[in-house]
Amino acid sequence: MAVCIAVIAKENYPLYIRSLPTQNELKFHYTVHTSLDVVEEKISAVGKSVGDQRELYLGLLYPTEDYKVYGYVTNSKVKFVIVVDSSNTSLRDNEIRSMFRKLHNSFTDVMCNPFHNPGDTIQSKTFDGIVSGMMVPPG
Amino acid sequence: MECQEEKPIIYTMENKPIVTCAGDQGLFTSLYTSLAQQLPREPMEWRRTYGRAPKMIHLEANFVQFKEELLPKEGNKALLTFPFLHIYWTDCCDTEAYKSTVKEDMTRWHNSLRAHSSADWVIIVVETNDTKKKNKTNILPRSSIVDKIRSDFCNKQNDRCVVLSDPLKDSSRSQESWNALLLKLRTLLLMSFTKNLGRFEDDMRTLREKRTQPGWSFCEYFMVQEELAFVFEMLQQFEDALVQYDELDALFTQYVLNFGAGDTANWLGSFCAPVRSWSGLLLRRPIDMEKRDGIQRGEASLLDLRSYLFSRQCTLLIFLLRPWEVTQRALELLHNCVQELRLLEVSVLEGALDCWVFLSCLEVLHRIEGCCDPAQLAANCSHTVGLWAYATDKLKSLGELCGLVSEKGPTSEDLNRTVDLLAGLGDERPETVSSLQSPYKKLKEALSSVEAFERHYLELSHAAMEMYRAIGRLRSARLVGKSLAEFYMKGDPERAEAFLQEAVKSYTSEGWSLPVTHTRKQIAECQKLLGRTEDYLQTSALLAGDGNLTTEERKHFCQEILTFAAKSNDQSHKVTLSMAVFSQLTRLQFRPATASVHSGAVLEAELTLRCLMPVSVRIQQLAVSIHFDLERAGTNGRSKGASRATNPGTVEFSQADPSAGPASSVAAAGPPLELDEIQDRSPSDNSLNSTGVVCKNTHLVMRRHDTGSPPDTANCVSPPALTVKDGAQMLKVQDVTLEPGNNSITFTAPSGQPGTYTLRQLYATVGQVQFVLPHIYPSVQYEVYSQEPQLTVEPLSEPLLAGLPQTVKFTLLTGHYAVKKGDALQLSNTDTMPILPSASCPARITSPAAELVGESALSIQSSEKVTSISLPATPPYHTLEFHLEVLCIIPHGPDRPANERLTNGEVRHRPRSYSHPDTPMTAIDQRMSIDCPWSIYSTLLALTFYIPFKTKHSVLSAGNRKYIQVCLQNVSDVNFTLAEMQLTEKQHELLELQSLNTKTQQLLCSKHSLFCLWEVRWKDDPPSCLQCVFSANFSPPKQDVSTFKPFHYQFQLERVSTLYSVRAEILPPAGEQHCRCGLLSGLEVCITRLTEATEGEAAEDSKTDADGPKSTKLMYEVADSSSNWAVCGRSSGMVSMPMAADAAHKVRIEVMPLFAGHLPFPKIKVLKYLPHTAAVAIQPDPDSCVENDSLSLLDKALDDQGDTASIRSRGSVHSVGSGDQQPQRGVAMPRLEPFDAGQVFNHSHTQQVLVLPATDDHIMEVNAT
Repeated sequence: MAVCIAVIAKENYPLYIRSLPTQNELKFHYTVHTSLDVVEEKISAVGKSVGDQRELYLGLLYPTEDYKVYGYVTNSKVKFVIVVDSSNTSLRDNEIRSMFRKLHNSFTDVMCNPFHNPGDTIQSKTFDGIVSGMMVPPG
Repeated sequence: MECQEEKPIIYTMENKPIVTCAGDQGLFTSLYTSLAQQLPREPMEWRRTYGRAPKMIHLEANFVQFKEELLPKEGNKALLTFPFLHIYWTDCCDTEAYKSTVKEDMTRWHNSLRAHSSADWVIIVVETNDTKKKNKTNILPRSSIVDKIRSDFCNKQNDRCVVLSDPLKDSSRSQESWNALLLKLRTLLLMSFTKNLGRFEDDMRTLREKRTQPGWSFCEYFMVQEELAFVFEMLQQFEDALVQYDELDALFTQYVLNFGAGDTANWLGSFCAPVRSWSGLLLRRPIDMEKRDGIQRGEASLLDLRSYLFSRQCTLLIFLLRPWEVTQRALELLHNCVQELRLLEVSVLEGALDCWVFLSCLEVLHRIEGCCDPAQLAANCSHTVGLWAYATDKLKSLGELCGLVSEKGPTSEDLNRTVDLLAGLGDERPETVSSLQSPYKKLKEALSSVEAFERHYLELSHAAMEMYRAIGRLRSARLVGKSLAEFYMKGDPERAEAFLQEAVKSYTSEGWSLPVTHTRKQIAECQKLLGRTEDYLQTSALLAGDGNLTTEERKHFCQEILTFAAKSNDQSHKVTLSMAVFSQLTRLQFRPATASVHSGAVLEAELTLRCLMPVSVRIQQLAVSIHFDLERAGTNGRSKGASRATNPGTVEFSQADPSAGPASSVAAAGPPLELDEIQDRSPSDNSLNSTGVVCKNTHLVMRRHDTGSPPDTANCVSPPALTVKDGAQMLKVQDVTLEPGNNSITFTAPSGQPGTYTLRQLYATVGQVQFVLPHIYPSVQYEVYSQEPQLTVEPLSEPLLAGLPQTVKFTLLTGHYAVKKGDALQLSNTDTMPILPSASCPARITSPAAELVGESALSIQSSEKVTSISLPATPPYHTLEFHLEVLCIIPHGPDRPANERLTNGEVRHRPRSYSHPDTPMTAIDQRMSIDCPWSIYSTLLALTFYIPFKTKHSVLSAGNRKYIQVCLQNVSDVNFTLAEMQLTEKQHELLELQSLNTKTQQLLCSKHSLFCLWEVRWKDDPPSCLQCVFSANFSPPKQDVSTFKPFHYQFQLERVSTLYSVRAEILPPAGEQHCRCGLLSGLEVCITRLTEATEGEAAEDSKTDADGPKSTKLMYEVADSSSNWAVCGRSSGMVSMPMAADAAHKVRIEVMPLFAGHLPFPKIKVLKYLPHTAAVAIQPDPDSCVENDSLSLLDKALDDQGDTASIRSRGSVHSVGSGDQQPQRGVAMPRLEPFDAGQVFNHSHTQQVLVLPATDDHIMEVNAT
């Protein structure tokens, strides 16, 4: 499953970032931050086409030797980034998509919370739980 | 060409499908050139099996001499060497020759083909005129050689024998036969492809299906499928060829994945062997036969197989003009290989993979460069940059591995490792030996020495960075830069810092706190190496306050600062740092909270500082510089109120966290809105017109957020240029210890000169280090004011009632003036508001903080003109309060004395009374003039008193008898006791006023009225005018008699006596006892004159009939307002009355009652009728006019009509008075004038008469619902 999950605000600062505690957190911060380059590239590429129904899932942003970085962008330009270990070959594109969808739903719930200030970092326990569920290997 | 080699060389990829030629070689040789040229000239459509799309292909062929060995043996899967078509050439036209030799040879050829079950053959018979001529004699007329051949060999396949006529002649017939031949050849070739390839593919599939069987080998299968790929490539079908390799790739990948899942295939064992060679990809040859042989032998390693596969894919992709797919696939391949080796647990020498990846990256890049022009390359950086960055990465890790980046250079262990790595590279390939820039040479060189490594590494890094920049991937560029900085750190920290600063700027602006912290730590290291103390301390301060670091680390950085601060006493070397990284100003609180004191008073400012340091820090001095501004609004103490609103005692500083995280979110969201509510009220009645919200800091909120310059100065690692402004005045505190977290520090603010003090900068000095907050925002001010003494007088209780002793409060704000003993206030006395002397008059002195300072009695001395109040000594800025009792005398009766009207709004001697909108009471303004010791000018003060009563009077009549009623209404909020109500008349001695009031003392509650009644009796003639004064004493209830105060009410009555009496009677219809509804009744009205003509009356009316008996004209009118009666016939009429007593006049009018019951009489009005001739006769009498006017003001007896009438008459009077006595008829009109109240007495007023219903049997309608 995912080794790092991040939610990034429209202005590109992190709203939420969590990685497996066993791993080097800093490395993932760098990885996710750099992935924004590709996210922006993809968003602007999409913007040029007339296609009304925008695909939120951006697909594989870039692979590295050890990780695969996937991206997803909401209509309000909030970005989700999921980093998966390259050795984890069992994950299909569809599963990544469904992870993003789950993440998006949970994120929407967080935004619906009247006590949540949009733009603040996410501190919801429910959201944390959903993310944990995606990071723990199944079984 | 005709001599083909035994084995075709296949790696040239100049392969063409093989076509064998048998028969007459000489003939073929002569035709070969044109055949080879013309065959590919036109494309053929190739229809494919399995639903694959048909394709147009250009066919070429490699013609070889037929040999038995060329025919494939059973089970031989080679496709490339497979002869797709066999041709037999002959130009025999002689039947004899055919029979004797050619047929035999042809049969042998045919038989050998059949033996190999090859059905793809054709016999070409070349006909020339020469041959025909030569054998003219032997020509069979009916059946040619062709027919013979057909019958001999082409068993129902006539198309297998083709005639080529005159091939070497340039004639249309020759051309035609060539075309037919070529078409035939192409068709046959394609047929052969379809058949043979189809068969091959079927075999291949069968083989693939066997992959689960134990003996199956991937390598064998690989060779088979690759054969197919070769054929497709041979046919220029690169797409199809690529598909074959992709299938092989996917199949292999799946096996590796299955291995990872625990499903091991035996043949994978060979790929799991330790990697011994890491020479990288080789993309310069179309086919790497070494690797291919290795695979064929089953000896290839995983890297070999992958390399070979990729090199083939690369070749095909380049044929397909898709070079950018190569780079993309290359990156995937490299990542994938590294993963696969890990998955298969293949043992690899440390660094070997790095070498392999590095070489491969460069090889791919070289290959791409080789097939694209530079412009194309530059435009497609995005495709290649990944490889550049990957290569850079790998070289760096190789450098680290081999000790090339350590300062000491490589150790012997490192060198051994390098040698091992280089050994795995093997020898350089022959293709690149001559090239100077081959990846192999680069790697070897880079690993050979520290300098060479640096050169190559920098070259690669910069190239990667440039490319990232060029395509706008700035974050990636910075990450490469950061990695480069780590390298530079060893030798060139300055350059390293530049890269790091750039990176940290980007992280800060986007709010990535962890990278910021990490990068800052590196920056700190750099700066320490560079010896840039100030910058280092600044960064240390940032890090010491960084929550992302452990406490240990933070303490370390904090200690760095403290150590420096304590180091030397060299005053010249002071370091100024930004305060924001050290501590935050969170709150500032003034005491007193108004932040406004008079000069010389004590003002304290409490500062709350949140110290970000992990340990407590001792500060030698904490200071706030002050900017002093002379107060603009003057020294008027009143302006204080306005400034107070904008100058609250507590200022909260909302500051962004200097640690990067939330700072950016705040920066992104902008500063918090400062909103104020505004209300627009109408100036007249204070009602709300509009309300709204105003943003005070729009200039900050609306500011464009520039990502380039983060708004928070704390994020700049180099401290901002601070100019320590040495303000003359400062708030200072010495020796403070700031604990981590919130600290509260109290300053005593200077308050010498009046003016505005603005806090500008905050300094904290720790030894050699000074932390400075260059601007305190939002700006904080306090005010020191100097106030003029101020005297106010206000009622102790609202409202002040006139006529009673009332207490007023004197408040003296001393301001800057110190009241000395003996200073006195001089009040000018007025007779309308005397100051009542009191026994003791205590004065309270309170401090500005409203604490009681002292109390002392005042001495009050009154002389005729002034009242002097001597004040006790009072210090400046204190408040002196005392009470005085005053009495406002109620003005007598109705105001507006006659002379006031004439002076027309001049300064009045009497205090003006007026009605106030808020209260029903009439208000009186009283002015006081006070001389104060501190000023040469008198202070004028106004007090408003209210008259608690409203008085009305009226005259009541009963025939000739007259009564005066006075109504006293208490309009105040308090109750009063009234005593000794009296009514007196001033002018008439003989007039007797008899009181009909029973009580001498009476309680008059608030908002209640009291009526008093007197009967007026006179001895002789009734007076025409009465001057009456009503007087009473009043006091609040339950008070002593002595406290009663008088109240007077003056009024004037005119024309009091009754002139006429009106008596009405209703007579039932004849024969009836009572009036009946609907029947006419008579109304008899009798008007009787009661008195002789009076003086005034005579003057008014007598002129008309000067000669006859004096008479006056009256008009009567019967009107029934309540519709009880219908007046039939004339309802009004004129009556001429003689002016004599008891003169009477009777009028009869028909009326009809409309209802049954006791009906009130219809109203009878009597009015004076003034004929138009009489109008001029009215004497211009100003007095009467005034009386008229005043009457209307007094009791509102006359309506406006009367009033304007009198004015109009006055106007006419003036014009008449100026001219002669001749009347001016045109102006005046006949008119009616009502009598004054009491002049006409109606006897039958409110009298009723019984009216019976019309008939007894009348129908009553009842509606029941």
